[in-house]
Amino acid sequence: MISVLKISDLHVSVGTTPILNGVNMEIRQGEVHALMGPNGSGKSTLAYALAGHPNYNVTEGSIEIDGVNVTEMKADERARLGMFLAFQYPVVIPGVKVADFLRHAVSNVRNPDRKEGEGLIGMREFRKEIRERMTELGMDHEFARRYLNDGFSGGEKKRMEILQLAMLQPRFAILDETDSGLDSDAVRVVSEGLAKLAGPQMGVLIITHHERLLEFNPPQFTHVMLGGRIVEIGDAALAHDLHANGYAAVRARHPEAEAETAKVEAAAV
Amino acid sequence: MSTDAPVKPDVKKSDIEFGSYKYGFHDSTDNYAFKSRKGLDPQIVRQISEMKCEPEWMTNFRLESLAIFESRPMPNWGGDMSDLDFQDIFYYMKAANEQETSWDDVPEDIRRTYDRLGIPEAEKKYLSGVKAQYDSEVVYGSLQEDLAKQGVIFTDTDSALRDHPELFREYFATIIPPGDNKFAALNSAVWSGGSFIYIPKGVKIEFPLQAYFRINSQNMGQFERTLIIVDEGASVHYVEGCTAPTYSSNSLHSAVVEIVVKRGARCRYTTIQNWSSNVYNLVTKRAMAYGDSLMEWIDGNLGSKLTMKYPAIWLMEPGARGETLSIAFAGPGQHQDAGAKMVHCAPNTSSRIVSKSISRGGGRSSYRGLVKIHKDAKNCRSNVVCDALILDPASRSDTYPYIEVEEQDVAIEHEASVSKIGEEQLFYLMSRGMTEAEASAMIVTGFIEPLVKELPMEYAVEMNRLIELQMEGSVG
Repeated sequence: MISVLKISDLHVSVGTTPILNGVNMEIRQGEVHALMGPNGSGKSTLAYALAGHPNYNVTEGSIEIDGVNVTEMKADERARLGMFLAFQYPVVIPGVKVADFLRHAVSNVRNPDRKEGEGLIGMREFRKEIRERMTELGMDHEFARRYLNDGFSGGEKKRMEILQLAMLQPRFAILDETDSGLDSDAVRVVSEGLAKLAGPQMGVLIITHHERLLEFNPPQFTHVMLGGRIVEIGDAALAHDLHANGYAAVRARHPEAEAETAKVEAAAV
Repeated sequence: MSTDAPVKPDVKKSDIEFGSYKYGFHDSTDNYAFKSRKGLDPQIVRQISEMKCEPEWMTNFRLESLAIFESRPMPNWGGDMSDLDFQDIFYYMKAANEQETSWDDVPEDIRRTYDRLGIPEAEKKYLSGVKAQYDSEVVYGSLQEDLAKQGVIFTDTDSALRDHPELFREYFATIIPPGDNKFAALNSAVWSGGSFIYIPKGVKIEFPLQAYFRINSQNMGQFERTLIIVDEGASVHYVEGCTAPTYSSNSLHSAVVEIVVKRGARCRYTTIQNWSSNVYNLVTKRAMAYGDSLMEWIDGNLGSKLTMKYPAIWLMEPGARGETLSIAFAGPGQHQDAGAKMVHCAPNTSSRIVSKSISRGGGRSSYRGLVKIHKDAKNCRSNVVCDALILDPASRSDTYPYIEVEEQDVAIEHEASVSKIGEEQLFYLMSRGMTEAEASAMIVTGFIEPLVKELPMEYAVEMNRLIELQMEGSVG
């Protein structure tokens, strides 16, 4: 069975400010979707809302995985159902080693019924696997001993996100500007890494401004967000066009959505 | 090879059995061989000394200490001790008549308690020796033969008074005299048990020496007295872990630990205490470190109602170094008033204090520390770092750093930070499948990791497990 992530008429507020105003999207395992749009259009809000950030309140609409409504679920429950967000700004967790963290995460995600305090995935098996994934991603094995994102360079943090993606093997991966702030070598490594990982078992939503990530991972669908709504849907050609020509034409075609963006930006100030 | 070390070993519930409150069980006290009446007066003190067949000087020492205790006011700083009633406590209780030499001879109910604490199992591993104190007397002990051959003495303090009277008298109460403070005086009056360790010149012990202490009787005070002498060029790591059963009325634990670290010697003293939440834990610990020696206190404080404990190191001669690493975890109804003291009495001495505290559920943790540099103690260095983590708005953390410097030519650094568990940290971990409790525990574990990695493996595992248990039920 092919899993489906279904987003229906999603309205999301942060505090009292509405950001998303009715987003619809369907992502199937094996598909690559690109989400594009100018700054402030609500792309990251959608990513956080999908992952279950407590500060992003769904006021209307729903998020479903294979017909199961996850809208009220906490982030960890969604992760166990196969949701994954590669963070734009990965968070530093001092004193927690990458290997300890990942072993715990992998144990929970692969065994969703695991109770707190129950045994973790076998050490030998885990160690073998994480080393293989690190080798594939061109990461020094020393990474596993380091404290999670602590003192990592921008590129190392993003690679760390991809390593987590590789280990957790989610059904749905959202990449929130995973290529931002990276030099071209790092973008290549991340892009190739994702291309290797994404397959028939993974539905991918790539939020990006860059060509590179999409070159390696050509999207079947490109969604354009403006004013908290998806205003256009196309294929890979649309993504290329937006890269080349920017959002002026999109804004002109959708004046009401453009007005929403202006409102949100004003509220944010 | 990169991933060997970082992964924690599997901790099975059966290995470290905690239950709802792991050490919240207790055995019947009906089988006690001797139990003094409640309260404290010269007659009780004399009785304790008589029961132990002590020499007259010790009886007199106890009585003089009692007089000092009675003459001193309660401290008006630190924590709230208003419902501590000294007359409502048993000061001496003997669980078995004879000191046992073999595990099989230890009475059944005592053995059961120790089984639940996992002591024989721990011993099977790489322990150099196990001393287990059950209430006031050490009932079980062993020491590997090769250590004995090297002249190492590792015994309970009562036996040391009997079997090594000269060595005992040379050092006993010289580091912490009864007049030092009210609780040191109390301990001096009623002390019982504790460890006595002598490491001869040049002897280096590779594995930690360990002791377990346990309070097992209602209103039972525990006043162990530990004395460690590390002779020139020798080294030792002593480890003790403490647990106590849960009772409704107050218990008092007031220990004294004295350590002498002679020239070129090293001593590390590691404690993890997990008293149940009705225990007053008022402990005086002090080490004197001589030329080019190293003294380290590693101190983990969980549980208790109130802990007041400030392990001290007096740096007596040039080249002496002192280091204290402490972790305090204050849960609901608990106050951890802990810290360290470094007293620089000689030039070219250095000290370091690292303190980490965690408060949750309305718990309160305080760092209270002293760095003192005496006149003419030139070219001394001291570095103090204290970090506090507060898990919820009901909890509290305070820092009371005292710095007294009588000399110009010194370098002192003090850094303090207070942080809260970040929403973004929680969300990040939860988005990887961890429950809120697991995520909180992981953040806390990471916070204390710099100290936990200094602990022997089994303690590190236990410490992390204790933190996880403390965190269970702490969130939504």
